[in-house]
Amino acid sequence: MPSRARTLWLPKLVIAPSFVLSLLFIYGLMAWNGVLSLSASRMLPNYEFVGLAQYEALFESERWWVALRNLGIFGGLFVGGGMALGLLLAILLDQKIRLEGLLRTIYLYPMALSFIVTGTAWKWILNPGLGLEHLVQEWGFADFSFGWLVDPDMAIYCVVIAGIWQSAGFVMALFLAGLRGIDDSIIKAAQVDGASLPRIYWRIIIPSLRPVFFSTLMVVSHLAIKSFDLVMALTAGGPGYATDLPATFMYTMAFSRGQIGLGAASATIMLATVAAIVVPYLYSELRGTRR
Amino acid sequence: MAPLLTALSLSLAAQLATAGEVEVLHWWTSGGEAKAAQALKASLQAKGHSWKDFAVAGGGGDSAMTVLKSRVVSGNAPAAAQIKGPSIQDWAREGVLASIDEVARADKWDELLPKVVSEQMKYRGSYVAVPVNVHRVNWLWINADVFKRAGLKPPLSWDDFFSAADALKKLGITPLAHGGQNWQDLTLFEAVVLGVGGADFYAKALVQLDQSSLTSDTMERALATFKRLKPYTDKNAPGRDWNLATAMVIKGEAAMQIMGDWAKGEFVAAGKQPGKDFLCVAAPGSAKSFSYNIDSFAMFKLKNEANSRAQKDLAAAIMAPEFQELFNLNKGSIPARLGMKMDRFDDCAKTSAQDFASSAKAGSLLPSIAHGMAVPSAAEGAIKDAISQYWNSDRLSARDAMKKLAAAARSK
Repeated sequence: MPSRARTLWLPKLVIAPSFVLSLLFIYGLMAWNGVLSLSASRMLPNYEFVGLAQYEALFESERWWVALRNLGIFGGLFVGGGMALGLLLAILLDQKIRLEGLLRTIYLYPMALSFIVTGTAWKWILNPGLGLEHLVQEWGFADFSFGWLVDPDMAIYCVVIAGIWQSAGFVMALFLAGLRGIDDSIIKAAQVDGASLPRIYWRIIIPSLRPVFFSTLMVVSHLAIKSFDLVMALTAGGPGYATDLPATFMYTMAFSRGQIGLGAASATIMLATVAAIVVPYLYSELRGTRR
Repeated sequence: MAPLLTALSLSLAAQLATAGEVEVLHWWTSGGEAKAAQALKASLQAKGHSWKDFAVAGGGGDSAMTVLKSRVVSGNAPAAAQIKGPSIQDWAREGVLASIDEVARADKWDELLPKVVSEQMKYRGSYVAVPVNVHRVNWLWINADVFKRAGLKPPLSWDDFFSAADALKKLGITPLAHGGQNWQDLTLFEAVVLGVGGADFYAKALVQLDQSSLTSDTMERALATFKRLKPYTDKNAPGRDWNLATAMVIKGEAAMQIMGDWAKGEFVAAGKQPGKDFLCVAAPGSAKSFSYNIDSFAMFKLKNEANSRAQKDLAAAIMAPEFQELFNLNKGSIPARLGMKMDRFDDCAKTSAQDFASSAKAGSLLPSIAHGMAVPSAAEGAIKDAISQYWNSDRLSARDAMKKLAAAARSK
């Protein structure tokens, strides 16, 4: 029979190592990054404090603004487009069709690839000399041109295309699970009332997917903020720095250019962005369970 | 048998006296480079030291630098690491580099190296690094066959270049092979500045980052000339690696490329002969100048006495004529030490070595900005961004680009 003392300390002891580890290696390092962002660190970390000078330099840097603007474009379209396409695929797949298992696997498959593979493959597909443009011209449409990848104004949309391609299947799987969780009797009742199928989806099914929407949004939008490998493989931030995202900016500054302070400042801003999304979510979730 | 035995016992004795270990961080992993690294290793082992390879993959060395930083911060630095240009000064300022003046004085490095080069190897007057090789960056590589068919001569000025390029374009050949990565854009730009502005202007504008030179008419002209090159490259250039651009010249799809002499390795590997299949000339208008990219090893402070002796032997071995010859034959570059016999080198390397020596005397031996030799990495990065943005954007005028360039040069 376990003593009362043991039931008191045993759980705490079991939790302690992982708690200490995460305190040290997650939150400790975050704090260290914050400290570095206030220092004059260049090639190696140092602790000569310069206040907010790194943040000032960051927001004066044109390249950082390009990165932020790209994050806006990429984030918006990647999250919006990915969720719209995923939902559409899920609804279409939910029509009690044959071979659903096979189709689901086919749609979900891109998620099994890493972003590096996706990026490299799309780099070939979108390259004007090798991929799509070349192919269509070979078919006889000599005037066809599709040079987004090499156009500084359009290259970011190539990243969006590859990103949506990668994530739509995953979003579909989430929505499909949500759709399957909806009580059939509600739909039957609506059908008895004479509602058309689009109307049922629009007024009943999609609204009842709200929690799925929310968790999908969480997953996909943090993917957008931290996305790095896709850009690295697809465009390496180019042409010029036209497709730079905050994550690639941070990497370049901190690790190739010996501006650790500046890189740390940009990382802090990214952390703040993620927090701005996650904190309200956690708040609503926690409030939900208490209720 | 007897000499062998003596040698053996001698080396054993040496081993007992000074056996140390050198750990060397490098990224010499391609065929020729690896062979040369082996030779260095053998020469150190002959002195009784043991050699520990610390090769980190990734040609640019970004990941290697990250590993190096963490090693140094944790107080466990390797004996030597491949560090070049102003980064040597950065590391020295952190107080982690060791002086190798003892070796340098004994072997008279001050007389063997051009002053510009030895200055870069020193921190506060004492040597902390050893140069391995010299790459010339302002080369123009030409497919000889294409030029012969088009009836053209290697261009000596930018005017020549543009008229040749027009002729080539009419024949349906891409005149200039280019890879649209920011360092390649800057490599091209630096050649243009050298050709349009001359050596003194280059030194003022791109090495000393003098604001009045950066915003001068000459700079505007250089920027405009640079932008004029773009229509002569093909539109698939963005993101292309330099060696793929070189391959276009080798195959005759493109006629010329402006790139450092590592491009020669690609030609030679494809079985082409210098002077016959391909030509190497200085980039237009820069025949009297030499922009260099020098690989070097910085020496770190070590705690162990024996290891530090081994480190000094390593420094001496790198500067030894045998290693300099062997390594550079394999790498396609030229020895950093002056007055070496160049018999075994090809014609491009011979020209390069002559120009290296003569430009050192004339004061037109200049560090390449695109290859991290001229300015601190923060300014270099910002300049790279500005130039690359100008090259890629159709909306920026030369005047706007000049403002951005001048602003970038101020970043610290």
